[in-house]
Amino acid sequence: MTTDVKTKVVEIIAEQAVLEPGDVTMDQSLEDLGIDSLGLVESIFAIEEAFDITVPFNANDPTEGDFDISSVAAIVKAVERLVAEQKA
Amino acid sequence: MHRVVITGQGTINALGASVPVTLDAFKNGRCGIGPLDIRDVDRLSIQIGGQVRDYDPNAEFNRQQIALYDRYTQFSLIAAKEAIEQSGLSFSGSLAAESGVVLGTAGGGMNTQDENYRAVYEEGKNRVHPFVVPKLMNNAAASHVSMQYNLKGPSFTVATACASSNHAMGQAFHMVRSGMSRVMITGGSESMLCFGGVKAWEGLRVMSKDACRPFSANRNGMVQGEGAAIFVFEELEHARARGAEILAEVVGFAMSSDAGDIVMPSKQGASRAIEGAIRDAKIAKTDVGYINAHGTGTAANDKTECAAVADVFGAHADRLMMSSTKSMHGHVIGGTGAIELLACIMALKDGIVAPTINYEEPDPECALDVVPNEARETKVDVALSNAFAFGGLNAVLALKAI
Repeated sequence: MTTDVKTKVVEIIAEQAVLEPGDVTMDQSLEDLGIDSLGLVESIFAIEEAFDITVPFNANDPTEGDFDISSVAAIVKAVERLVAEQKA
Repeated sequence: MHRVVITGQGTINALGASVPVTLDAFKNGRCGIGPLDIRDVDRLSIQIGGQVRDYDPNAEFNRQQIALYDRYTQFSLIAAKEAIEQSGLSFSGSLAAESGVVLGTAGGGMNTQDENYRAVYEEGKNRVHPFVVPKLMNNAAASHVSMQYNLKGPSFTVATACASSNHAMGQAFHMVRSGMSRVMITGGSESMLCFGGVKAWEGLRVMSKDACRPFSANRNGMVQGEGAAIFVFEELEHARARGAEILAEVVGFAMSSDAGDIVMPSKQGASRAIEGAIRDAKIAKTDVGYINAHGTGTAANDKTECAAVADVFGAHADRLMMSSTKSMHGHVIGGTGAIELLACIMALKDGIVAPTINYEEPDPECALDVVPNEARETKVDVALSNAFAFGGLNAVLALKAI
């Protein structure tokens, strides 16, 4: 994981969960962090804005767009992949 | 308490520019959803909708009228003309004084807002047309209908997002039932299919990119439509005395608020509105043969709505039919309940239940008879129309064959 992407994603998720970034661990799920579906949509918007990427995500079927949201680590990895693909 | 009947209906929507064309589409399961033809569509990630096509405002209205009528007002006036002409009513004297217009819309003159924001922000213009305010306001449609037909009674607009027209028709029903008015013009209209309107919806990530498939396991979101439907609600004896054709009786209405979440639906809130409408109508649950579902095609709405219906009706839930015509005309937001009432009236009057099209895979969480893909001929005595809005505001109407 590149530090930049990880740090920024954790910051975004921490803000949504109303936590300090240091309190967010890689193995936590959004549910563990108390982030609901609306919070998730807002986090994805913040990620898109921060990295200038488009995240394929449909709230009706969160698995459809191949964007893994099962844990913080998974999200970081998915964002890294999108950044690499879309900035190539 | 007076009995309330419907003596006129009119519409324009993605399925057609009149009631007969729309009902023909319902009967044949025809879809009105297709590629959007709007400015800057290439910058949208959602590029489909239930758009009113082959529509030329210049064929319907003169230049002065178009300067004042947003697209949603134009749709309202076209639908009102069909409804009021069918009713055979003209308004003068004491009837005009008590007859009013209650319409639902969520966005009002959205196209006017979009065009004029674009002019001042994007194009840097410092001047807009003098009629922007009276054109975009949410009560413009109700006011123009009142002016056109000399309706001088209580008139206003109801805005409860996707339940707007059901709330509006509920108010009109109450006014006629209480004796406040003998005739009310009611329904709803929406025209949000412009760049800003669709862009805003994209943000919520609940829109489908390919089709509206209510209750189907592979559903992936809602598809927006546009249009209007308008009805004439009339006191029964008044209608009988003048020998009017009666399309159906409005027998019950109920509203509830989830008081929960701003976007997630609640089974309890929906159940309370459905229960309330049945109680208000003084009918047995087993009398209900058809429900026009809210049925948006989102994961959340469809399973919550099916669970609410299962809770309210118990064993009878497996015997009644529930379809979503949004699969054909799209989600017409503040006008959707009005367009969907046409399907309820068709079921009661013609004995044909409109299907849920695009139904591909059964979903165990939506295990009701959703009238998949093909209309069904059967006798229906009582029909309900559900509307459950963002904000948790629910409104359900009950109609009876007469």
